[in-house]
Amino acid sequence: MQLTLFAKQRGSPSDSEGGVSKIARRQVINKTNMTSRDRILADVRRNQPPLVAAPDITAWENKAHSAEVLLQTFATVAGNVGGKVVLVDNVDDIKSHLNIPEGGRVLTTLPELLDVADDAALFAGNAPHDLANVDLAILRAEFGVAENSALWLTEKLMGTRVLPFICQHLAFVVNAKDIVPDMHAAYVRTAGTDHGFAAFIAGPSKTADIEQSLVLGAHGPRSLVIFVVLG
Amino acid sequence: MLQICKMKVGLFIPCYVDQFYPKAAIATLELLEKLGVEVDYPAQQTCCGQPMANSGYEHLTGGCNELFVDNFAGYDYVVSPSGSCALHIKEHLHSHDKEEAATGIRNKIYELTEFLTDVLKVEKLDARFPHRVGLHQSCHGQRGLKLAQMTELTAEPYSKPGSLLNMVDGVELVTLNRADECCGFGGTFCVAEEAVSAKMGKDRVADHEKNGAEYITAADLSCLMHMEGILKRQKSNVKVIHIAEILNGVKETVA
Amino acid sequence: MKNHAELSETFNKDEQRVNWHDETLWWVRQKRDKASHLIPDWELLRETASQIKHNVLSNLGNYLEQFEQNAIKNGITVHWAADAKEHNEIVHGLLKKHGITQMVKSKSMLTEECHLNHYLEEQGINVVDSDLGELIVQLAKEPPSHIVLPCIHKKKEEIGDIFHEHLGSAKGEANPQILTETARIHLRNTFLSRRAALTGVNFAVAETGEFVVCTNEGNADMGAHLSDIHIASMGIEKLIPQRKHLSVFLRLLTRSATGQPITTYSSHFKKPRPGQEMHIVLVDNGRSVQLGREDFRNSLKCIRCGACMNTCPVYRRSGGHSYHTAVAGPIGSILAPNLDMKQYSDLPFASTLCGSCSNVCPVKIDIHTQLYKWRQVIVKAGYSDKKKTLAMHGMAKTLASPTAYRLAGKAGRWVIKHTPFAVSNPLNPWYKQREMPEAPKESFGEWYKKNRG
Repeated sequence: MQLTLFAKQRGSPSDSEGGVSKIARRQVINKTNMTSRDRILADVRRNQPPLVAAPDITAWENKAHSAEVLLQTFATVAGNVGGKVVLVDNVDDIKSHLNIPEGGRVLTTLPELLDVADDAALFAGNAPHDLANVDLAILRAEFGVAENSALWLTEKLMGTRVLPFICQHLAFVVNAKDIVPDMHAAYVRTAGTDHGFAAFIAGPSKTADIEQSLVLGAHGPRSLVIFVVLG
Repeated sequence: MLQICKMKVGLFIPCYVDQFYPKAAIATLELLEKLGVEVDYPAQQTCCGQPMANSGYEHLTGGCNELFVDNFAGYDYVVSPSGSCALHIKEHLHSHDKEEAATGIRNKIYELTEFLTDVLKVEKLDARFPHRVGLHQSCHGQRGLKLAQMTELTAEPYSKPGSLLNMVDGVELVTLNRADECCGFGGTFCVAEEAVSAKMGKDRVADHEKNGAEYITAADLSCLMHMEGILKRQKSNVKVIHIAEILNGVKETVA
Repeated sequence: MKNHAELSETFNKDEQRVNWHDETLWWVRQKRDKASHLIPDWELLRETASQIKHNVLSNLGNYLEQFEQNAIKNGITVHWAADAKEHNEIVHGLLKKHGITQMVKSKSMLTEECHLNHYLEEQGINVVDSDLGELIVQLAKEPPSHIVLPCIHKKKEEIGDIFHEHLGSAKGEANPQILTETARIHLRNTFLSRRAALTGVNFAVAETGEFVVCTNEGNADMGAHLSDIHIASMGIEKLIPQRKHLSVFLRLLTRSATGQPITTYSSHFKKPRPGQEMHIVLVDNGRSVQLGREDFRNSLKCIRCGACMNTCPVYRRSGGHSYHTAVAGPIGSILAPNLDMKQYSDLPFASTLCGSCSNVCPVKIDIHTQLYKWRQVIVKAGYSDKKKTLAMHGMAKTLASPTAYRLAGKAGRWVIKHTPFAVSNPLNPWYKQREMPEAPKESFGEWYKKNRG
């Protein structure tokens, strides 16, 4: 899309209100030749109401919660949305809970689990379609959110962007101390970090589009286990 | 109870109450008088203008508005046994030359039950109505005047008409499956959208019947008229009664 | 073209089905109540969201430019579409450039609004909707009837028949579990073989140039992450100022929509993956005009949760298709007249103004007040029935004059003559399913004169 110079120069809403400038006049004259971008921006600026400030949301971000309640809430909500929480003392303990079928394809991003699963990093450069037959992905989540049991993963933690969506079953590993109370705390935690892609994931893939009956495993994982590491 | 002497109340009786349900208007008058209020019924009154405004013709309500201002400007309070009409005045009454008077009325118009609870602060009533009663929360009273807590909100429950009914000896309020769903009257909606309107009315009535109501009461007669039309067509034994009649202590024979 | 009243009359011919539709959506409303009541500060959260959106609307020009700059910096190509036609042409142009004839799509009400599927099909492009509900209505050759629950009007047996015909499921199979599995297998092949994916956008962040797509099924991600080219279509009102504001909206959106605490996937797209193209189409299509309508601009705060539909007693008993527009229900009824006042002149009247919609709205749009205001605008613009206008003039005259009102007669006579519901004859719509009230011997006015006068 073309970025015409005069449109770019127009700044605050008040510019368009008091628009006696040469720029504004040129816009009117050139209306027929304007790009859609310029026209939309001009129309928006002409029609938008006077500026009102966004509210301060820091009060939402500063609520205290006890860690025990957080884990309890997290586990309850995870169950409600079709997931399952398993408490483990360390990452190694996870292996005793895994039930991998013969010949099943398992990928992980956790170095501690490389004896039971393949390294997801090995496939990061391949076409994502190569992951279509993954049975289980075991991924580390950066943190979890108690109020909705969502886990935050940046693409680095996914190995490949499509992996947590395309696998048949999914397991997350998160530290108990990395469970934050709510979405406000969650975004405080992600502030200043960068990613190309990231997601909150809560529960297995699901749909209730047919008569509101809940079915797990719509397109993505049919099940989700969250290993919460207590240590 | 607070006895407010010298308080002069102008009684606003909406057109369809005047012409179809005079009993409810009489009960309103008697109840207010019993509670020590000086009530006056301005004889020149007609209507609040809502039938036109809700149909998109608010611009035609000027004459109606001026008449309303002339009739009611001189009172301390304006009270009406209709939440819907009271809300319409509160939100839309304006005057060409007497805007100050119109503003005054907008601020001092009350639906009957809120006048009883908020202004008169009624705490007991001398009335008996030994029946199972379903309270229909008419939408304009409920969500417009906030006569009771709305089920959509996360907030403390209360009910002005409910608390008054609980002061009446023998009243047993039934619990509805849908506490504040619309009955489907909606003014001209009732004929313009006949199919949906009637279906909404049937469903509302069924909720009361299913939960054992002998009477359906409300602070709005338009809703009651709609539901009564359905009950009668279905030859149901359930009756409708305006809340003023219950609060005023309806005689068994009348009911 | 049939209006809302006619279409809902047809819908109401099968009362059992109306009951089923009503109960199903009421159940969703109840789930919403349960979820929202769990948050003690819910009303404050709504107010906060509303204020953020007011800020967005008041500074939209700057936020759009800021978003564009940041998105470009992130490697996303930004397109601007003044209307539906331009949006569709941009999408088609991108596909054409890459020689792509098949595209997978996740839910986007904007593309419904633009009739993109129809347009692309005319250009020889095959489009597959990947949201289960959307796939069902696409196969049935119907538009979605609800913005969140596209096939809420369909019974599982009917869906079974559609799947039997198009996807080869067993005849008579109506188990949702099995039907969903059928769609899963079918769509997995689609996802794996499509080079282009189009998604909607729930929120776009001006501060970072990223956009968020929320789904439960994971279909947006399956499409986007497997495609060479990801196109995201968004209305210009979907912007929010900063990333942290997502917290407010993601808490509200799904609790309001379905009663879930959050959607399964809240995907934050910021940069294309290496080798992939990512495009955003910013669409106006009447939004900047609506922004200029003081009484109606705050309809643009809408985050498309569908709560107003689930709570609407009229929607539940008339079905989404009775609104004959892409976005049905109360919110659709205040958005559609902006696009075409004549065609949608019936919609603001398809309501009792009960106000439940405004109470559930997570961004506090005064929906029922806007319905009332649209009625005034539509009548003034001349899109109302001439006979009704005549009757209203007569009514206004009588009600403005106490003499005329009284002269009109004794108890009940005037009301009987002038209110449409009170005439006792089979031709009157009131009388079809309701009795009329009995006129008493005397009006209250007459009684008062006798007893207090």
